[in-house]
Amino acid sequence: MPLVSRGFRGRRRPDDESGRVPPGQYLTEDFPVLSAGPTPHTPLEEWDFSIEGEVAESKKWSWEEFRALPSETVTKDIHCVTKWSKLDTTWEGVSLDTLLEEIETDAAYVTAFCDGGYTTNLPLEDVTEGKAWIAFDFDGEPLEPEHGGPARLLVPHLYFWKSAKWVRGLRLMSDDEPGFWEELGYHLYGDPWREQRYWGD
Amino acid sequence: MAGAAVLGRLTWLVGEVTDAAFETPRVRSLVLDVPGWPGHRAGQHVDVRLTAEDGYQAQRSYSIASAPEGERVVLTVERLDDGEVSPYLVDEVRAGDPFELRGPIGGYFVWEVGLGGPLLLVAGGSGVVPLMAMVRHRQAVGSSVPMRLLYSSRTLEDVIYREELERLAGARDGLEVVHALTRDQPPGWPGYARRIDAEMLREVAWDDARAQAFVCGPTRLVESVAGELVALGYDPSRVKTERFGPAGT
Amino acid sequence: MEDADLRLDGNAAAGLLGEIFVREVTVAVGTCAACGNRAELGAVHVYMHAPGVVLRCPRCEAVLMRIVQAESRCWLDVRGVRSLEL
Repeated sequence: MPLVSRGFRGRRRPDDESGRVPPGQYLTEDFPVLSAGPTPHTPLEEWDFSIEGEVAESKKWSWEEFRALPSETVTKDIHCVTKWSKLDTTWEGVSLDTLLEEIETDAAYVTAFCDGGYTTNLPLEDVTEGKAWIAFDFDGEPLEPEHGGPARLLVPHLYFWKSAKWVRGLRLMSDDEPGFWEELGYHLYGDPWREQRYWGD
Repeated sequence: MAGAAVLGRLTWLVGEVTDAAFETPRVRSLVLDVPGWPGHRAGQHVDVRLTAEDGYQAQRSYSIASAPEGERVVLTVERLDDGEVSPYLVDEVRAGDPFELRGPIGGYFVWEVGLGGPLLLVAGGSGVVPLMAMVRHRQAVGSSVPMRLLYSSRTLEDVIYREELERLAGARDGLEVVHALTRDQPPGWPGYARRIDAEMLREVAWDDARAQAFVCGPTRLVESVAGELVALGYDPSRVKTERFGPAGT
Repeated sequence: MEDADLRLDGNAAAGLLGEIFVREVTVAVGTCAACGNRAELGAVHVYMHAPGVVLRCPRCEAVLMRIVQAESRCWLDVRGVRSLEL
């Protein structure tokens, strides 16, 4: 056991009694920025969101068309695999149920793809029935580029690396294909309550 | 100690803090006695590991401030307001504390007298730390390699190693120190009173094809200075950079 | 905060890379598989504030190398480097 540094506590808060903090996580008040690369800056005139892949017909929305869709405001707890959790975060976004409404598919999985090349994979049933959004506002303000703006995927019941920043579409797939971090050790599913951080967890 | 420290297997060493002194209100130097220390080269850094009583660990990198010729390893740490580790190192650590570190690390951002000059060192804030190791190394071996340090700080109070730099430059043995104070200057301030820009570099940088440059500090400063030096004619292979990330508040 | 602020360079990853390669690698020269640019690892762009460490080409920003560390396991992807001269 490495030696103990006298008086060092780190940034953690005392144990949370609410039961809302998954195992191995600690609460944070701020909103850490984690990034695997430079922040993309796609102008809104060039932005679009697609649903493609194993679908009868793919669909695409421009920014205006996307913002014209019904949206909802939700308050959720979020959990990052790097161990911080943030409670009661407020987002406004378009539910994936809305986006997938007219999509015919037999696919069981989706891969979210993003500006900058990031991808992440999820079961289709984990992004439907009120579990996922394409979010464009955080805390009442337009989502900042460093946090994924103009729009990011929001899937709060899974570790936050699945809530892909700078999302540009979903590809529906019959196979579960590991995304950027899932290829390199991160768990394919990522349930924070079962502490599914890495392969084999 | 040149050549002594291109590392083999990196292992965690346990040292002891023998002294801790403030350089500025937010910056403190920790003097460490590290048994088994293999020696280092100016510009290298160490990884420091802290362990809380419940086993929680945090790890950060800090540049070595001391010359390779010294007996002790000196780290100079700036307190970042929202930092997890730096407030502990600056406000809490005291002489007698054990200290876990590994190193020395780095072979790219290093200089020793044998590599020659003239040398241009450009520092933004705490980026001066690894460059100070180079200044102290040059001093320790009695070299007269021409060396110019351009050092950007917010105010005079924020200048780390101020008296030592003044004394070393005062010896007029080929070391020149030029300060840029970006936020606030004392009355009658003779140095630069703005952020480092292309014109300042044109005035300060060596116009010499043999010149080598080392640039260290916040990422944005490092990238802009490196770009300007290349635009001034420095070969990119002669401009070494070390980015410290976002500037502190 | 802008783009550049979170960007570090190979010096910041040197300790981790030293653990993996068992030697100093910031002077190792990598050739980007995407654009062919050659650079010492000390000079490449490094993003460390992420679930893993990502090294990117300073010219084209393509991923050179990725590293994930988990307690006692480590994953390494070097497909973005066509060659690495140690």
